[in-house]
Amino acid sequence: MSQTLQAPAPAPSEPTNRIRLSLSQRLLSRPEIGALVAAIIIFIFFFATAPSFRSAESFFTVLYQSSIIGIVAVGVGLLMIGGEFDLSAGVMVYTAGLVTSMFCWYYGVNLWIGAGLSLIFCLALGFLNGFLVMRTGIPSFLITLGTFFVLQGANLGVTKLVTGTVSSPDISQIAGFDSLRAVFSSSFKIGSVTVWGSVLWWIAFVALAAWTLQRTRIGNWIFAVGGNLDSARAVGVPVVRTKIGLFMTVSFLAWFVGMHQLFRFNTLQAGSGVGNEFLYIIAAVVGGTLLTGGFGNAVGVAIGAFIFGMTSLGIIYAGWDPNWFKAFLGVMLLLAVLVNLYVKRMATSRKVG
Amino acid sequence: MTDTLASHADRDLNRGEPLIEMTEVGKSYGAIRALSGINLRVNAGEVTCVLGDNGAGKSTLIKIISGLHPHNDGSLRVDGQEVSFSSPREALSHGIATVYQDLAVVGLMEVWRNFFLGSELTAGRYPLAGLKIKQMRTIADTELRKMGVVVKDINQPIGTLSGGQRQCVAIARAVYFGARVLILDEPTAALGVKQSGVVLRYVAAARDAGLGVVFITHNPHHAYLVGDHFVILKLGTTALDKNRAEVSLDELTTQMAGGDELAELSHELKR
Repeated sequence: MSQTLQAPAPAPSEPTNRIRLSLSQRLLSRPEIGALVAAIIIFIFFFATAPSFRSAESFFTVLYQSSIIGIVAVGVGLLMIGGEFDLSAGVMVYTAGLVTSMFCWYYGVNLWIGAGLSLIFCLALGFLNGFLVMRTGIPSFLITLGTFFVLQGANLGVTKLVTGTVSSPDISQIAGFDSLRAVFSSSFKIGSVTVWGSVLWWIAFVALAAWTLQRTRIGNWIFAVGGNLDSARAVGVPVVRTKIGLFMTVSFLAWFVGMHQLFRFNTLQAGSGVGNEFLYIIAAVVGGTLLTGGFGNAVGVAIGAFIFGMTSLGIIYAGWDPNWFKAFLGVMLLLAVLVNLYVKRMATSRKVG
Repeated sequence: MTDTLASHADRDLNRGEPLIEMTEVGKSYGAIRALSGINLRVNAGEVTCVLGDNGAGKSTLIKIISGLHPHNDGSLRVDGQEVSFSSPREALSHGIATVYQDLAVVGLMEVWRNFFLGSELTAGRYPLAGLKIKQMRTIADTELRKMGVVVKDINQPIGTLSGGQRQCVAIARAVYFGARVLILDEPTAALGVKQSGVVLRYVAAARDAGLGVVFITHNPHHAYLVGDHFVILKLGTTALDKNRAEVSLDELTTQMAGGDELAELSHELKR
């Protein structure tokens, strides 16, 4: 028995009876290690088999592709660490863009007003998701499945009502377009390489999320509400606020990517975005986030999104039928789930008797 | 080494002074009456044991004191002041800390993160203020050692500790953050004999440190080892309410097993 009550032996004088874990053990209990190994293998694989994958241009195209999924995936990853799901994030990206473009087109106002309006709208949707989940106790899977379908239908229905077609009007002539494009969808050249601003935004969001998770009390609370809601509540963690905040973070990031898509393409298809919610979740899980919550990190989710970007383009660069991409993603997901299970077991098994 | 649980407890606690007084407290969930006419006193430096079968109202009672659900009838006074808690945070600010059976800690988080959960040390008040991680590690490590809980590595996930140790960390944390009343919800239910011993010794240490302890349990043997006052709940009402001097372990055990009902049953099933 290692505890005594009156005199805990000479414990404080020899704080060195710590067990130093071996490097491999410490590495194995990190959430992102499986994803990192997979990313390296996949990178080497495409590097060897697809000649056009080897250029710097295509590397930055991969990064761009990863950032579009990766920005929302970071939010979804945080939310999953907090123990919840959001299936509505995929279509919410397009809801954000559609609200902005059609409002400004219909009323002829500056696009900044539309962007602000759709930000408020998306945050309200995130709040609603979180509020309903916390208030009713219904699993977030069902609540957000509901909002997912509502948004999917409304995106199409409202767009058809306003414009008569299923795509939003071209907004490139409306005031504010250029400045908004500079913020959300700019790109610059380094030599022959095009670097998209969204990649930088992605890195910034990942860094912010990683800092928040590991270094702030909010991060502590996110792990706690995902790991054990009741005990978090018992020690005074504001669980409702934390979870609603997570849903709103996801909807903020969905809005951000929605703005990127809108100002990059000037027009959006109202039916887009369906299925992306799963890509976010896959990126998070491949990156080592536990489906049950309480474990994961932001860098892992970023690596998960990078794996997505590499394979979706790598298959094209290699000249294969892109239809295989989904099959590949499925295999990745299954492998990731198995690795996660193992890592979790490693982390919670008693290391020393 | 004089540094034990006692030296960390609140110094204003005077043994025997009432910390929590419940008079005729009742609680209904819609049409269902979960609890009625409960009188309970928790004194400093004493262990009040609440025993009862499943569905007797033990958890409802804890929920009222720990702030998860407010009561409907009667009065709950803490330090002589009438209160009605609407959140665990409020109860905590009155010095009432609750340690739940399996839910005391977050298994995948490190020991030090668990120790400071909900009371983190930060470099500022703004939302992205950095945690003082080094300081928290050192404090958690030394404080736990001082309070008699020795963990091998403060950075290991707390799920790797034994069940008894986890309960002890949760209790030590509560004491460190100034708890004056500890509510322990079945702390020994999921534990083996040896581990239960660890926790019970710790409960006794908390009592000796002057804290008021509410010890909820199924097990009259565990209760009798540390208890000063015993309350048995049955179907939401008080079935027994006695001081240690007025009751024997046998009586407690019989009452817990069903008392008169058991006698009737044995008469009926006589062979």
